[in-house]
Amino acid sequence: MAYSDLIRERFRHPRYRGSLERPDAAFEDVNPLCGDRIRIECRVEDGRLADARHHGDSCAICVASADVLLERAIGEPVELASRLTTADLLERLEADVRASRLRCVSLPLTVLQSALDGKEVAR
Amino acid sequence: MSQVGEGSRADFPILSRVVNGAPLIYLDSAASSQKPRQVIEAVTSYYERSHANVHRSIHTLGEEATELYEGARDAVRAFVGARGREEIIFTRGTTEAINLVAQCVGRTLRPGDEIIVTEMEHHSNLIPWQMACRDRGAVLKAVPVIGEGFLDMEAFARLLSPCTRVVAAAHVSNVLGTINPVVEIVRRSHEAGALVLLDGAQGAPHLPLDLAAMGADFYVFSGHKMLGPTGIGVLYGRREILETLEPTWGGGEMIKEVWIDHAQWNDLPWRFEPGTPPIAGAVGLRAAVEYLGKLGMERVAAHERDLTARCLDALARIDGVTIYGPRNPEIKGAVVAFNVEGLHPHDGAALLDEHGIAVRAGHHCAQPLMKHFGIAGTLRASFSVYNTPAEVERLAEAVTGLRGAL
Repeated sequence: MAYSDLIRERFRHPRYRGSLERPDAAFEDVNPLCGDRIRIECRVEDGRLADARHHGDSCAICVASADVLLERAIGEPVELASRLTTADLLERLEADVRASRLRCVSLPLTVLQSALDGKEVAR
Repeated sequence: MSQVGEGSRADFPILSRVVNGAPLIYLDSAASSQKPRQVIEAVTSYYERSHANVHRSIHTLGEEATELYEGARDAVRAFVGARGREEIIFTRGTTEAINLVAQCVGRTLRPGDEIIVTEMEHHSNLIPWQMACRDRGAVLKAVPVIGEGFLDMEAFARLLSPCTRVVAAAHVSNVLGTINPVVEIVRRSHEAGALVLLDGAQGAPHLPLDLAAMGADFYVFSGHKMLGPTGIGVLYGRREILETLEPTWGGGEMIKEVWIDHAQWNDLPWRFEPGTPPIAGAVGLRAAVEYLGKLGMERVAAHERDLTARCLDALARIDGVTIYGPRNPEIKGAVVAFNVEGLHPHDGAALLDEHGIAVRAGHHCAQPLMKHFGIAGTLRASFSVYNTPAEVERLAEAVTGLRGAL
């Protein structure tokens, strides 16, 4: 079952969707499989991820994944926020996601990591 | 007499599968069709009885394999209405066929030459031309899509010029289903002195073809979308054009005589078939075109038009559903692309899968077209000979339940 209650809830009512006024770091990327696009904006203070928001055009699994990712990462040191894994997210999503949709879970993770690494968005 | 629809279903073993507790409703034939027993048995029988390498094996199996492989070429020639067997080149699929042409023609391009594609092309009829233009300093132009999803033929006329070397266009759009005015495209392109390649990946499986009459210089398609195996496709090329092209891939079989520093190319069609070809694929493709031939492509097209009309009608009645592409089934191939308000296409496809319904979701390898419509992707239902009106009804019921399902 791909859609846990938690995924449905976070898709309907994401807690961290939006933008930051003056982000220190931001990155966006596309899932080549489906064309999903997600952008994550971050504010870093004293080596910690002080705040972050996500937005874009993506599926329920990707939105929910971004939401639980930011919930977990905000307030943490940047090194820890960058080291979260797909397995961490799957556990928080309480979902058995099929292999074909795993990239929907991991896309926000790689976008956050790229933002925190200071990568430029490819155009 | 062979039948379309319900009467054909017993020929397709996979259709008896139960998926997620429901009978499989396979509406993804535009991505890849299912295979009738006749195709599966032809491939199996080839491997069990007749397999050997073709053309140079002077023993019984080698001769049988060669006969089967070359017999497949004759069957395909008849199916598409080509004038000669030398005009039928086997490839691994549509993509390889387009790359083959783009490379062979591409090496003759000069800076400032122009290639015209369309905004509705599948990436496989776009990227090879981007690459050819990039390598040679040529210019890529695109015919815009207008209205419900038609080519802007006036814009096309303006884009054509003495600099135009190739026009590459879909016969039938894999997303919109639009059947493009290929005869007019060929006529205008030839008047401008350009070659025409038509991507028939969504044409050959669904419409009667008479390629000699159509007049395109190249027409390409895949076996696996027309009841045949994966790994086999066809490049049809007009003989007089193929004869002017230098092959870009070398190897065995494509040569007549070889010295250490040069070689003489083989005759058509083998000049463009280096290496051991997909023999089993060709055998399976022959069985597929014979199966379609028995049904009759006019009947196949009429059956699929009926399903498309029913699908358009049923989906249009559902609140929150947006349909992309022409609404008139008479000018449309067997695909219906749509979205459900508030639902990402991938979520829609996953939810339909819970009812055993297989549809495609995403950008359908047509990102420029998605950008034209301002969307990330769509759901897409597509039909083949074995689909039925009852399946279209089940789809409509399931789509009705999608809104607010997440």
